[in-house]
Amino acid sequence: MTALAVKGLSKSFGGLRVTTNVNLAVEPGERRLIIGPNGAGKTTLFNLITGELAPDNGAVLLFDRDITRVPNRDRAHLGMARTYQIITLFPRDTILRNALLALLGLSPLRWNPWLVLHRQQHLLAQARAALGRVGLEHMADRPLAETSYGEKRRVEIAMALAQQPRVLLLDEPFAGLSIDERRDVRELLKAIPRDVTVIMIEHDMDTALDLADRITLLHFGEVIVEGTRAEVVADPRTREVYLGE
Amino acid sequence: MSIRHAATAVAVLALIAVPYAINQPYYVNIASQILLYAVFALGLNILVGYAGLVSLGHAGLSGAAAYTVAYLLAAGHGHIVAIAGGLAGGLVVTAGFAALALRATGISFIMITLALGEIIWGLAYRWISITNGDNGISVSSRPAPFGLALDSANTFYYATLIVFLLAVAACAIFVRSPFGAALTGTRDQPRRMNALGFHVWMIRFWAFMFSGLLSSVSGILFIYYYEFISPPALALTSSAEVLLMVISGGAGTLLGPVVGASLVVIIRLVVSAYISRWNFMLGAIFVAIVVFMPEGLVPGTVRLARTAWRAAERRNLLGWTAATGQKS
Repeated sequence: MTALAVKGLSKSFGGLRVTTNVNLAVEPGERRLIIGPNGAGKTTLFNLITGELAPDNGAVLLFDRDITRVPNRDRAHLGMARTYQIITLFPRDTILRNALLALLGLSPLRWNPWLVLHRQQHLLAQARAALGRVGLEHMADRPLAETSYGEKRRVEIAMALAQQPRVLLLDEPFAGLSIDERRDVRELLKAIPRDVTVIMIEHDMDTALDLADRITLLHFGEVIVEGTRAEVVADPRTREVYLGE
Repeated sequence: MSIRHAATAVAVLALIAVPYAINQPYYVNIASQILLYAVFALGLNILVGYAGLVSLGHAGLSGAAAYTVAYLLAAGHGHIVAIAGGLAGGLVVTAGFAALALRATGISFIMITLALGEIIWGLAYRWISITNGDNGISVSSRPAPFGLALDSANTFYYATLIVFLLAVAACAIFVRSPFGAALTGTRDQPRRMNALGFHVWMIRFWAFMFSGLLSSVSGILFIYYYEFISPPALALTSSAEVLLMVISGGAGTLLGPVVGASLVVIIRLVVSAYISRWNFMLGAIFVAIVVFMPEGLVPGTVRLARTAWRAAERRNLLGWTAATGQKS
């Protein structure tokens, strides 16, 4: 069984082919790193996997179930969560409320128009626990607009983890972070239990490399190299894509 | 929290005391008008303030409810049937509006609601066999719940006040609920909400229905207050006026639409008695609000009060350190 399988996935925007016949098979518990230069189609691949975009061809399978036609919102209920490269949070709300919204998304309570949200003790406890996992519990009541960029990145991760996903997609979790913040986030990602399958896009190979079991190199929407850390680093095509030799 | 409860209790008592305090039917009627428009503005605020969807067709929703009541009464039905029919009529039209307008957001949403509102206005104007066209429909009697006739200014005011308080309570509960949180989430970050597992379209649809319910209720109050309805009540200017109430008072706040409704109704009725071009006055006030308090009167006043409070605190603190500094 694979946790996530992508078969013959293709997508074009007009005449521009952004994803060309991509195949992926990620094992349960695996840490997969997807690398590639700017414009390689990494985020587009994520959008196709999560259903924010519909593919022209191919299929996406989650634990052997074909979810190609399942709407984006329902994939969260099937155990898929993601973070965004560009911070996509709720700036008017507190950190706690951001985490609450993530939990609410999977709870039938979300349709309830008469209960008081901030009296739902079990949800609050879960939200605080999710923030505790990323070390933000002490500032749970701070408005999101008053937090640093690094803290926002951690809120992104906390929201994804709060949903207890089986497959977690991280889109450049280290983007824009300082060296110290990178180290913190790396420790945080290392602590994710192995029953969660993690697929991560990252530009910065040095930071992300030791997190990955296997690496996929994407270039112009195509898979160029795939293999273990050592195989991909040693492959001459990796050097060619990155250095243009 | 107890301060808030006390303030609410004082406000409710003040509203109950209004007829005794002013004791003139003309001004009591103005108070009734403010309350019925406040219900309308509260309804529109659900969409504008909490869903981030600006509608310019809401007069069509309250108008549909008002026309249904008027038509059913003219056809010889009782008040209970007419009111139930009015709510149903308003909600059916709301569902139609929502189904068509929610295909879009932003400017497109505004334009679709505007067009739909104009269609309802056109129907009221041209479908003469039902609406009596330009002449409108008159209603000859107000209902008498529990044998209490609503014919006097005071009794009608109290009936409107009860409906208004129920509407405020419904909005207050809605805003703090999980569904309310989901709704503001779709306003701020629809893409994220989808990825988190929320059905963004369906959340917006039910918010639209709640908004339409309050608009219909205000339409029913409207027809019983004026005992007359004609096409101008459904025109674009009516929709724009309610939107003005919401924005001037403060969209996305509970009190804002109520303050905005008071402002617009008072200017229209009181100022127009002294200044014939009262629209100019309304426009000037609106421009001033946009310049000085772009977020609306209620949040703007809160902001100013807070700044003043902090400044005063700082002064006190400086005075205190200066005094102690002198001592040592």
